[in-house]
Amino acid sequence: MPLVVRLRSAVCLLGRFPALAGVDLDVEAGEVVLLSGANGSGKTTLLRLLAGLHRLHGGTAEVLGHDLAVDRRGARRAISLLGHETGCYDDLTVRENLRFAARAAGRDAAASDATLERVGLVGQADVVHGRLSAGQRRRLALAVALARDPQLLLLDEPHAGLDAAGRAVLDGVVASSPAEGRTVLLASHELDRTRALAHREVVLSGGVAHATKDFGVVAPPISRTSDAKTEEEEDEEEVHA
Amino acid sequence: MSLWREALLVAGKDLRIEARSRVTLYQILPFGAVVVLLFAFALDPSRGVLPRVAPGLFWVAVLLAALLAVSRSFTVETENAARDALRLSGLDGSAVFLGKAGAIVAELVVLEVVLGAGVAFLYDVELRSLGLLLATAVAATAGIAATGTLYGVLAAGLRVRETLVPVLLLPVVAPVMLGATRAWEAGLRTTPSEGWPWVALLALFAVLYTTIGMLAFGPLLEEA
Repeated sequence: MPLVVRLRSAVCLLGRFPALAGVDLDVEAGEVVLLSGANGSGKTTLLRLLAGLHRLHGGTAEVLGHDLAVDRRGARRAISLLGHETGCYDDLTVRENLRFAARAAGRDAAASDATLERVGLVGQADVVHGRLSAGQRRRLALAVALARDPQLLLLDEPHAGLDAAGRAVLDGVVASSPAEGRTVLLASHELDRTRALAHREVVLSGGVAHATKDFGVVAPPISRTSDAKTEEEEDEEEVHA
Repeated sequence: MSLWREALLVAGKDLRIEARSRVTLYQILPFGAVVVLLFAFALDPSRGVLPRVAPGLFWVAVLLAALLAVSRSFTVETENAARDALRLSGLDGSAVFLGKAGAIVAELVVLEVVLGAGVAFLYDVELRSLGLLLATAVAATAGIAATGTLYGVLAAGLRVRETLVPVLLLPVVAPVMLGATRAWEAGLRTTPSEGWPWVALLALFAVLYTTIGMLAFGPLLEEA
């Protein structure tokens, strides 16, 4: 299966501090990988490095075939990062924020409205971001991430601030990602919940990936260029569902 | 998506934010008007000083208000880590530059119309040679917006952004102040032929900084 992420001895400095001190990591297309580790272990830095928001200071890093050492921007249209903040504009409505993100990524703005329904924000479509509750903002951030139709979805503590219904929506998005052709890297402290969603767990400590635990077989991702699914793919989707 | 479509997307976003937050309407415009009004009080109108210094005072007011517009343009990108989202958006850096500069131009045009009317009324100035005055305004506004956007992103990631932008920007736009003032003086004296060389200088400045901005904005946004 093709590699979406390939890190070898990846080093990332925040100031002089090595937030990542030589990470080796391979992530295949269609995998859901859980990143765990204590606070300060490098989970957020790793996700931001993969998104091209941090510079690679040593080693090699490839994301979706783009070498981050020479091209941090090449893969961005195919990546969504749900971080600690929403990345949305307070004075734009839910729909306007969503459409701006979708159009910037070259996606159909009207089709992005479907993600509103998926995250349960249809009723707030014309409310400005600044007036949303914390949980609604997290849902909007998730909708924005999905509206970009990414191949690689990076989630940093995605359950934080969500109510039970919001968590269920998020779990559904992660669970359906392989079938929708998305690869997911998920950093979380809510291990019981996220282990149930992940194929594999990578434990970070001191900026190094120390251990990997496999939870299951990875289903081959559905090709984005083909709408037709083979019987084998449909069977595997059912197994994972 | 083409460069211009991306630029329009960014400009539309910034203008929509301004239309909804009304910072331009409720803060930047009144600020410019207060500057014009204070000059009218500070200088003695009875000795005919105001009509002579009107061009310089108008452009000083525009420039000071432009500092607020530039600062506002980058403040909205710092809230909720929107700047990270903008970097991740996949939009071309040149397009983001053109979009943000275009939105600042639109805001300054509104400001200049209001301040121009205020100056004409308060300073007892007759707006003649409208072609020259308009051409000067277009070139000078483009230059101010281009330099403002370039220096705005340079300071975008810094905590001292609010104070650093004026320190960086004002010396750089001094030629715009000089050229726009001289061109407007010529226009108001009904000797427009003396003003057009200054308009050419302003246009050159605008083209130069727009080109630099289009080349440098993307890398600067990455480091902000």
